[in-house]
Parts: sequence; structure tokens; C-alpha cells
Amino acid sequence: MPDIETLFLFGSNPTEAHPIVSLWLKKALRKGAKLIVGDPRKTWMAERADVWLNLKPGSNIAMMNGLVNVILENGWENKEFIAKRTEGFDALKAKVKEYDLGRVEKLTGVSKESIIEAARLYSHAGKAMIVYGLGVTEHQTGTENAMAIANLALVCGHLGRPSTGIMALRGQNNVQGASDLGPLPATLPGYQSVKDPKAREKFEKAWGVPISDKIGLKSVEMLDECKAGKFKGLFILGEDPAQTDPDLNHVNKALESVEFLVVQDIFHTETTKHADVILPGASFAEKDGTFTNGERRVQRVRKAIEPLAGKAEWQVISELATRMGYNQRYNHPSEIMDEIASLVTQYGGISYERLEKQSLQWPCPTKDHPGTTTMYTDLFARANGLALFMTLDHKGSGEVPDKEYPYLLITGRVREHYNNGSMTRRVPGIMELVPEELVEISPEDAKKLDIKSGDMVKVSSKRGTVKAKAKVTNRSQKGNVFMTFHFDKALTNIVTSEHRDPITGTPEYKSCAVNISK
Amino acid sequence: MSDRKLKVIINGIETLCDRDDTILKVAKKIGVKIPHLCNDKRLEPYGGCRLCIVKVKGVPRPLSACTTPVAENMEVTTDTDEIIRIRKTLVELLLSNHPNDCMRCERTGDCKLQNLSYEYGVDGSRFEGERWNLPIREDNPFITYEPNKCILCGRCVRICNEVVMAGTIDLVGRGFNSMPDTAFRKPRTLDNCEFCGQCVSTCPTGALTDRKARGKGRIYDLKKVKTTCSYCGTGCNFFLNVRNGRVVKVTSDTSAPVNQGNLCVKGRYGYDFIDHPDRIKTPLIKKNGKFVEATWDEALGLIADKFSSLMKKHGNESVGAFSSSRCTNEENFLLSKFVRTVFRSNNVDNCARV
Repeated sequence: MPDIETLFLFGSNPTEAHPIVSLWLKKALRKGAKLIVGDPRKTWMAERADVWLNLKPGSNIAMMNGLVNVILENGWENKEFIAKRTEGFDALKAKVKEYDLGRVEKLTGVSKESIIEAARLYSHAGKAMIVYGLGVTEHQTGTENAMAIANLALVCGHLGRPSTGIMALRGQNNVQGASDLGPLPATLPGYQSVKDPKAREKFEKAWGVPISDKIGLKSVEMLDECKAGKFKGLFILGEDPAQTDPDLNHVNKALESVEFLVVQDIFHTETTKHADVILPGASFAEKDGTFTNGERRVQRVRKAIEPLAGKAEWQVISELATRMGYNQRYNHPSEIMDEIASLVTQYGGISYERLEKQSLQWPCPTKDHPGTTTMYTDLFARANGLALFMTLDHKGSGEVPDKEYPYLLITGRVREHYNNGSMTRRVPGIMELVPEELVEISPEDAKKLDIKSGDMVKVSSKRGTVKAKAKVTNRSQKGNVFMTFHFDKALTNIVTSEHRDPITGTPEYKSCAVNISK
Repeated sequence: MSDRKLKVIINGIETLCDRDDTILKVAKKIGVKIPHLCNDKRLEPYGGCRLCIVKVKGVPRPLSACTTPVAENMEVTTDTDEIIRIRKTLVELLLSNHPNDCMRCERTGDCKLQNLSYEYGVDGSRFEGERWNLPIREDNPFITYEPNKCILCGRCVRICNEVVMAGTIDLVGRGFNSMPDTAFRKPRTLDNCEFCGQCVSTCPTGALTDRKARGKGRIYDLKKVKTTCSYCGTGCNFFLNVRNGRVVKVTSDTSAPVNQGNLCVKGRYGYDFIDHPDRIKTPLIKKNGKFVEATWDEALGLIADKFSSLMKKHGNESVGAFSSSRCTNEENFLLSKFVRTVFRSNNVDNCARV
């Protein structure tokens, strides 16, 4: 990564949300890499950027189309890459033509000069990488935003070589692994479709029961069904939707409605309040296992102390399965990994024995495979191996500021805290540093509303109101305010919107209309 | 840069190395130990402590191995009598302004200066010099600073500026009074520090230590367990330091592929939750609106009965599970398996999308 010539950071604030990733990026910057930052907030990286694209939330697609258009108009594209490894280029070209500089400036609020300079820096680099974060995915057009970014990378051929490509920074320690290993309604472990008879047959043979071919419900749909009274029993493992999901009033109603709720967690959370049975969880220090990081690197988690409640989750799930008539016993998590390796090709060569020596990046299909550091070096993951350009249009956010709710709320994280804060709020030193929620508001808006740092303010949307102290800072641009979701005393997600990406179900945490008052 | 390898001979051992390698790097690769205090592989070579000096054939004066690049057919000797004599003097000079209070020092057993003093058989008695007598600084929750133990290797300052780019500390003052400190010697707060503790992780002596772990055990009291951080998705490795069944400290694993020993404030200092009194330690069953402690047997029995009867009454599709991006791969696999084999549906999802 330090060999990058141009780094394009889009919708990601790694110095706060991924501090160690930010160290790699800083190394690249010290070695002279150019930096483009696309972010509505003036982050640490934005302050140091060669070009800061201070776009309006919800205008990602317009931004990307505009950049691609500038590149094509100037002939800065990688013609050889486009010809050999992609298809659908003409349609893309026609689409982005609609996004001339004047229109893009209007939609994004970013000056024409900055757009041209960003396009130049990205396209002229020998090795350029795009790093994006939740500022891309946590929009109702999240999936399309990611596709729009892929268009830009493909047009310039910045893929499939070291120090190029697109890197998505993920929020939680094991987001990757949790997706890889099957707790998804449409796929069995290893992204094998429940609709695929061969995949089902493999698992039926291994597990000795028929596998349903009916796609299950997504978590948000299960909650909707709970509220509608059709869903009767729910087991929630290590998750706190009653603090971290958007539109909390809806979530709370759903959790109240379900007849039987089991929650397994290490602390009492907003969600455990609704439970009928709470099972104690074991922290990462209390069990053996593996996590898979954002670069598909499978690494060991090792037990340092005994589980405080006597059992780790893998033991509890096995015991419950056995009690419910499905006999299941493992002596150690390494046996579960062996079973994973036998059923999931990407993990086929992974075992605790190998992980003892070093971490492995999947795909690692066999015991003698070294793992894979760079993907898509020659072929993309489509039947013909070619990448397909997607034509996309600006749609904006599900909710935009209006007369009644004139400000736009962006939510995110601070470095010192983590998600619902149940862990970091119990670290006294961290609470000494960051004891409470702060609403970041721009100096212009603060002046207009007569708000000073430290004043208690009310942030309200159509769905509810939260109170927190204000922090006047030029990190927020005029019209935008920022809050985290780390504190149980200021449940920011009461305010956030119900709009979601229709493809992934990811909520639009990054944009909702609010009013601010003292 | 040419890919051609260079031939270098160190202590009679011939080896091939890259053009931009330093003598220290090559020596380390072939297992020849050269002492040093100011070097950290996370940092640019500095050449400050001079302990890594070696004899290079044809060069009249000793050269520092950490800053000298290799050359074709270079012949290096790491331990001549002259070199050893100089190193001894260097260590003695460092000890002349050091508290030498190893018996009560946090870093005993894990201190590079102490180890060198032992290795070269020297103490602080040869030079009687002026000594610092400054108070211990505990002006923040995480990092304790004992300036008297600082040897001015500059590692903390360099890691803060080169790697973290936080600019929290720099060498302040002149001559004998120069030392690493914050601007205007202000306490560390979020205004000037990220509390990542990289400075602590690189300090070779007891000058910078983890405040929360002080008095909780020294290196030989602690069991080190290498693991992967459970906060964000970066995948940093570190050591949990355990004593009497309690995690008392997190220390860097400089061999970690992702983070090379660097951590953030959460990874390094965010471990207190592990044995926090609020932890749920037994299963709890809600009875008349209140949670009542239960045994595992009671709780799991109730869950099994309840889910079974709900499925019987309302069908398999009426129940489901949320898995967690916070749990291990093995647990996610098992919950996915549980829903498919016990609930016999695909009503399982994780929080990745939220």
C-alpha cells in the first residue's frame, strides 16, 4: 500500500474509524502520494488533501459520474484495460455525458476546478487506489454508490495490480467472516446459494438434514414481521439493534411484539431489556476462534482466560442444537474450522495448525495453497471474466432537508468509542477522554442559532428527538451536523431515517433531515 | 533500482542481500545480533544511540549498522575488542544519568538498557554525572512518563511524528535539559494526543509505561497470549497479558502482519470491559417483568422447549436468528448451521448490513 501514487479516500474517515489503516495511508502520503478526499466533513485527511471534494451527502453517484465524464472528455482513460477486461463501456460513456461539470457542481456542491483536478490526479497516477468506507454504503443508493466507484476504477484500469484497486473499510471486527460463513438468508456458508440444488445437496450430506430452498428473511424483515405479529421467536447473538439500528421506535415495537426473545451478550444492552431469556456471552479473551478481517485475512483469536459464565457461544449453540434434537458436539473450535474447510471452498486450506504459523488470506482452497493477497489479477468474478460497467443515475437521499427540518444529520464514529459503546463506555480512561455525545455543528449554523460549544441542544427529526451537547467545529460544513451512536444516554438512532438500500437492506445512517434547537 | 543482489560478509558469513538493505537488517536476517537502542523496524533509521557500531573492512572508524547501507563485497565484523570497549562506555554514559532503580522499575526484565548493562557487565559507577530528578508524570489516563529514565533515543518522538503523524511530542529543551515532551509541556489530552500508545510500545526503557498496568506485574509475572483485536475490521494482533486469570495489559506484537505492533486507543487501552462488574455472568430468565438468575440447564431447557412449541404451533418459518459480526467465524458458522438444521429454515442474518 505505501507504493500508491494517488490515494482516493471516499466516504471514509480512517484516522477515527480505522486508525491502523490510516497509518498505512499516512505512510503512502509521507512517500509522496497525492491525496483526494471525498467527504462532506473536514476530516484529518481532508485537511491534508491535495483535493477535498466536499460533496453534499447523497450525491456520490453524481460525483463519480462527473469524474468519469471529465476523464473520458479529456481522453485520460485506460483504453487498453477497457478494451481487454471490460464490457458495457459505450453505455457508460453515454450515461456519464449527462453529468457535465455544471450539473455535477450543482448536485454535489463541489467546484468544477476541484472535480477536474481530482479526475486528473486519479487518472494520471501509475498506481491509484480507492479506499471507501460507510459514507458510501450507508445510503439508500449504497450498492449503486459502490458500483459507481467501480466504474471510475475500471475506466482508469486501476485494478488487479499491487497498490491499486478498491478497498472497502468495514466497520466491525468480523463483518467479513460473518458474511463468509453463512448467517445470511439467501446463502449457505461460502456464499453458496440456497437455490442451488448442488450446494444444498453438499450441505444435506454433511449435516444429515434437508436444507430449505426458500430464501429466508433479512434481519430488518424479521423485525417487520415481528411487529406484524407473524414472527414468534427470535434468537439474537451479540447484537444490539435497539441501539444501533435506525428508527429505534420501530425496532423497539418489533422487539416488544415478538413472543419469545433470546439475547446472548456480554453486557445488558438496550436490546436485552426486551429479552425473555438472556444468555451470558464470552468476550474475545475467553475463547478460541478466528476472525476474518477486511482484506480476507483469517487470524486466530486465542483464549487468555476462562469464560466468565463458564461457556463460550460455540458451546452454547451446540448444546442448544443437541437439546432440540440435532445432535452436535465439538471438543474445540478447531474442529468447527475443519468442518468449515470441508464445506467452504474459499476456506478449504485453512486449519488451526496452519494459522498457528501465520494468518491466511482466502481464497485458500487447499492445504498447500499459500492464500491470495491480490484478487482479480487477470479475471473478474463473472462468467466471462470481464468487468461490466454499470450505468447509474443520481437519486439523492431518501430524506432531504426541508423547511421544518432544515439540517442534514450525518452519523459516524469517533476513535475512542466503539459502536453501541457497551465495551468502551466501561473503560474508565476512555470515559475520562470522551464522556458523552457531542453534536458537531458548523460555526455559521451555530452563530445563526446562537449555540455555543457545551450548550445542550435538541436534534429532532420526523421520528423523534435526542438531546446532547453541541460542539462548534469547522469539521462540519454549513447545513450539516454530525453525531455518533456510541452513547445510551443519547440514542442518536431515534432520529435516523427508515430509508434503506433496497438491495442490501443497509440503512441510510449517513443522511437524514433534522432540526436543531436549544 | 536494480534487482541484482549484493554479496556481503558479516562475521565471516557470506550472504546475498538487497541493494537498499542496511548492515543491521542483513545481520538480523542471518541471525547475527547487533545491539541497538534507537532502532525500531517501524521507524526510519536514526543512528542516534551508536550502540550498533560495527567494523567495516577498509573504513578507519566504526560505522553505525542501522544507517549504513550495504555495498558489494562489504566485510563487516560486529564485535571487535575496540567496538566492545566503545559500547561499554556508551552504556556507562547512559547509566550515569539514569535512576538505576531496576528493583522497583516497571520494565525490569523487559528493559533494553538493563539487558545491555547485564550483557556488557557494566553499571553506573564509572561516571558520576549530574542527574535529572524530575517528578513522575501521570497527567492522563493511559500513559505514565518518568523523564528520569529517558535515554533520548528519540523513538517515542519519531513514532509519534513519522508513523502516527500526531505531533504530540517532540524533543524540547537544549543540551542536558532536552527531553521528549508535549508542546509547552502541557498534559496529554485529546487536543494534543491520540492515546494510541505507540510511544509506549517503542520505548526501550521504563520512561514511558502503560499507566493502568503499573504495579500489576512485570514481564516474567505475565502470561502473554497472542490474539486478534475485537474492535474494528482491521484485524490487528496483540498480546493479552494475563496474571491470575485477569487481563492486566495489552502489548504490541511487532510481527503482526497488519499492524506491526501499532494499535489504537481502543485496542491498546480498551480492555477494561473484559472483567467489568457489569458483565452478565449467569443466564437470566424474565419472570413477571424481572430478570431472575438461572442455571444454564434451566435457561437452555426453556429456550429449547419454547422454540420447539412455537415451531409446532406456528410453523418453522415463525422463528429465526440474528448472528453477529462481533463473534468468531466458528460461532457464525454454527448459528447458521443451527438455523438450517434445527429451525429448518433460512431465517438467519447478521448485522453486516446494518
